Amino acid sequence: MIDDIPPEHLRYAQWLHWSGWLGLAVLVGAFAVYATGLVPPVIRLESLPELWKLSSQDFLQLHGLEGGWHWIRRLDRSDMLSVLAIAILAGCSALPLLAVTPIYLRRGDRTYAALCVLVVAVLVLAASGVISTGH
Amino acid sequence: MVDVIASLLQRILATAALPTRRSGARDSAVATSGMKWAEIACAVIALALPSFAEAATVDATDAAAVAWWVWPLALFVVCFFLGIIAVPAGVGGGVLFVPLVSGFFPFHLDYVRGAGLLVALSSALAAGPSLLRAGLANMRVALPLALIASFSSMLGALLGLALPASVVRIALGVAILGIVAVMLLAKKSEHPDVPSSDRLATLLGMHGVFTDRASGQKVEWRLHRTPHGLVLFFAIGVLAGMFGLGAGWANVPALNLVMGAPLKVAAGSSSFILSLVDSSAAWIYLNNGAVLPIIAAPSVIGMMLGAKIGARLLTVLKASVIRRLVIGMLVFAGGRALMVGLGIGG
Repeated sequence: MIDDIPPEHLRYAQWLHWSGWLGLAVLVGAFAVYATGLVPPVIRLESLPELWKLSSQDFLQLHGLEGGWHWIRRLDRSDMLSVLAIAILAGCSALPLLAVTPIYLRRGDRTYAALCVLVVAVLVLAASGVISTGH
Repeated sequence: MVDVIASLLQRILATAALPTRRSGARDSAVATSGMKWAEIACAVIALALPSFAEAATVDATDAAAVAWWVWPLALFVVCFFLGIIAVPAGVGGGVLFVPLVSGFFPFHLDYVRGAGLLVALSSALAAGPSLLRAGLANMRVALPLALIASFSSMLGALLGLALPASVVRIALGVAILGIVAVMLLAKKSEHPDVPSSDRLATLLGMHGVFTDRASGQKVEWRLHRTPHGLVLFFAIGVLAGMFGLGAGWANVPALNLVMGAPLKVAAGSSSFILSLVDSSAAWIYLNNGAVLPIIAAPSVIGMMLGAKIGARLLTVLKASVIRRLVIGMLVFAGGRALMVGLGIGG
């Protein structure tokens, strides 16, 4: 059965398997640290019930936070560590695409190699923070 | 009104408690046990919904009296049970998560949608590798469509975050009821008849062979109406990004009924597409502060754990019964979203 499966599918599956589980494991670990209070967060857990009713725009303004990658400067805080874990999970799909691109190129399939790169470019654009609602 | 609907759901549960397969004493015991798990899952959600609806309307001063961990724990439990029933019902986690959580938990819609995308993404990440290895997800089909849809999901996310919450709720309510209509009315074709591929599908090599493990047969397939499919997937991406839903409910009919992919290839490729579409939309929500770890993490973890159990129940449950119960819940949640958006309900 496995002989019928194109090699790019198998490589993508392998990379996705490991990156997905890594993302989930990091999320579980980071959230455990956050919820147990082992590392202090930027925003106190006790104040969250008042804050999660606010829109994201109001939330950011209230705390003087910026959008985008502001959280990367506060990785010593548990809530920002959890955001990092979420970012890893959201970025899981990019690496497998880059991993299969050489397979397409070796086969001379430039169209699908280009498609892989273009999808990664879209993900990078989304992740970059360049596109925002202007909050 | 909420109590009436909840009691109706409970009656449906009671009458839906039917034995499943009777192929043997052991299978029957396993099936009955599995059905009980699913009944418990639906009962927990149905019984909890009215209480959540009432509690969620507590104003901000009273909210301070609720310990911070209560709602995230409740979210984890509900997502766990959603994960159990989502797989047998054949729906993704996102399409259940957003309407139910936005309607019955006190979180702002922005965070619910951000978490919904991550929930749907996690499910797709978990299922993707096995679908690819089994030949049920096809990259030649999925990549062009994923490129279009992942770009448009960014636009949908931006639009959804820019619009007032009340407008999004109304649109969400309409969308959920539309999804219910699709689930009820859309036919499925195991192996659509595609006389010939269109030019674009031929150029992109959108064809293949998969082995149907149920019958042991090799099935050759090809696609058509590719331009129509690209337009559809652009729209699907916008909806997915705007509402924080996974797009499986639309991907599969689009691939199967419009483009002519075999049903199993459509379902498998849909998961692959989802992982890319929801990733790009999730980043927009993350970069706009619309992902709160205290909401996203228990949702993802609860749903993933529940789905593990749900996948094991898949072979023993009567999926049609679970599907009817899930459709009932979606009608309830969609109606509530409409009512709240229009300022009718609390």
